[in-house]
Amino acid sequence: MIKTAETSPIQADKITIAYGDFVLLKDLDFKVNKHDVFIIMGGSGCGKSSLLRVLTGLQNPSGGEVFINGTNFTKAEETAKNDIMKKCGILYQSGALFSSMTLAENIALPLQQYTDYSPSLISELVSFKLALVGLAGFEEFYPSEISGGMKKRAGLARALALDPEIVYFDEPSAGLDPISSKLLDDLIIDLNRSLGTTIVVVTHELSSIFAIGTNSIFLDGETKSIIAGGNPNDLLRNPPNETVRRFLTRGEK
Amino acid sequence: MTIAYKADRQHMEITLSGDYLSFSDEEIRQKLFADLKNKRPATIVLNGQELGQWDSTLAVVLFEVIKFAQKHSLHIDLSGLPENLRHFLDLAFAVDRKPEATKLSRLPFLEAIGSKTLDIYHSSRKGSAFIKQVLISILKGLSGKAVMRRIDFYFAMEDASYKAIAIVSLVSFMVGLILAFVGAIQLKTFGAQIYVSSLVAIAMTRIMGAIMVGIIMAGRTGASYAATIGSMQVNEEIDALKTMGISATDFLVLPRITSLLLTIPFLTILADAMGIIGGGAVGVFMLGISPHEYWTYTWNALSLDNFLVGIFHGFVYGFVIAVCGCYYGIYCGRNADSVGLATTKAVVSAIVWMIVLTGIITFLLEVVGL
Ligand SMILES: Nc1ncnc2c1ncn2[C@@H]1O[C@H](COP(=O)(O)OP(=O)(O)O)[C@@H](O)[C@H]1O
Ligand SMILES: [Mg+2]
Repeated sequence: MIKTAETSPIQADKITIAYGDFVLLKDLDFKVNKHDVFIIMGGSGCGKSSLLRVLTGLQNPSGGEVFINGTNFTKAEETAKNDIMKKCGILYQSGALFSSMTLAENIALPLQQYTDYSPSLISELVSFKLALVGLAGFEEFYPSEISGGMKKRAGLARALALDPEIVYFDEPSAGLDPISSKLLDDLIIDLNRSLGTTIVVVTHELSSIFAIGTNSIFLDGETKSIIAGGNPNDLLRNPPNETVRRFLTRGEK
Repeated sequence: MTIAYKADRQHMEITLSGDYLSFSDEEIRQKLFADLKNKRPATIVLNGQELGQWDSTLAVVLFEVIKFAQKHSLHIDLSGLPENLRHFLDLAFAVDRKPEATKLSRLPFLEAIGSKTLDIYHSSRKGSAFIKQVLISILKGLSGKAVMRRIDFYFAMEDASYKAIAIVSLVSFMVGLILAFVGAIQLKTFGAQIYVSSLVAIAMTRIMGAIMVGIIMAGRTGASYAATIGSMQVNEEIDALKTMGISATDFLVLPRITSLLLTIPFLTILADAMGIIGGGAVGVFMLGISPHEYWTYTWNALSLDNFLVGIFHGFVYGFVIAVCGCYYGIYCGRNADSVGLATTKAVVSAIVWMIVLTGIITFLLEVVGL
């Protein structure tokens, strides 16, 4: 297996994403460091979700490669790919909980699939993960019986089931009230601090970006490339160009 | 990987050393908790100076220990744990929100029977209320006061008319064929095989044509009504209708029920004809009856009474199928399986009601002498 000299959790090497003839993003190079809370930002439709799908292996890039912990994820065999995917948790925009299963069953699923833990350990782990996201006692509830914010947190509990090294979030604050959204941001920071989990967040919620981001890239739909990167607070202080400045200041002239 | 601990009534010291990754040793875990329960030490001290790598499997053990301590008001000292592990555990206790509504547990046997009986009572009330609404809707529709999209009605008409012709024809043809075969076995022993034609003609027109159409339409049309309306329920579309002040019965049920009531007599006539043709095929090709003779006996056996009784059955079945399909669609739950469940219930209950009503109608017709 090819190892890069210094293995960072995620490294994108000349990633190009296209749908048919329509090139969305071209030759993206970036690196996510260990313990980063890495923000992917940019206007609507610039390809943030598509990039996330590429990083998580749900979609192949039209060009370039993704390295996860130094392993070429894009070119990996099916089994190697699965091993890598196991180490990544994903929180989908809507939570993507299986609606015919209780929260406990949802979270137990990856544990049953990938570990040989006893049922009692699994159920303890499930309760623990639910407690982590502030949903202690909701084991027997169905997704339809809880609110949107709770669904996202339950989705996070499922994403955390296998103690992933990297957790991806697609627009975690979309559709949440400010308090739930803050709660989720706090959770992200806490996970990052206590477990050292590397975190990648797609968002355009400014308050989140400044509160949690330690590193970032800014995607631009027009040039189909990364036009800025680094700590969001630094970017706000010294915006490298007008697009980034307007984005980070909510369009102030 | 093991968890070392010393314990007496006063004091328990748990020492963690080395790595705890995928720590799933049931024995150690069970023994630890058994001792914890027996001794119930006044203070518990966690010692993690030599702790290496860990994951949730260790955290969950500590989580349970802390929960135990909290429940029995024991003093627990976590200061010996590494900062990040402590932080992680804090997180689990931070927002310990209990669910507002606790879930129902399994009911004791007698209560379960009672609650089932109440369920049946409530659902039969719900069902009859629904049928009343449907009848009101139909009256409103007849007087042109119901809000219903014409396109919905056309789609439902299309679905219940020419799209059903092929399957209705095939099935009734086969049923006619089978009836003729079975009848011929007996009638042949008397040399009366010519009466196969009368048998088929009477059976098809009076009941079999309508029943076959009913079963086919319950399976294809009733099921699709339940699935379509059910997924609208899941999507909260029906709530949206209600808040716009539009009656779901007028808007969704009326076009479906009227189109089925309008098409089902024609489908029944088609089924009758195809069944007779199927019987004729057996009569002519297997029993050697001449087509002319077969037709003459068929014609003599046909009666307007039987024909109208068949059509009447068709109407009843159409009503039952549309009502069951729409009812289970509208009262569909909100889960992913709800739609599947609604569809199954719609088909099964439509067929059961069809059979039950056929029994009742047959009895009543017998009484009035038809
Ligand atoms: N499966 C697809 N097929 C074709 N075009 C797509 C597909 N998915 C996304 N796109 C296009 O890619 C663009 C970016 O989509 P997306 O990655 O969802 O952007 P973002 O998440 O930044 O809003 C959109 O203009 C969309 O039309
Ligand atoms: Mg998106």
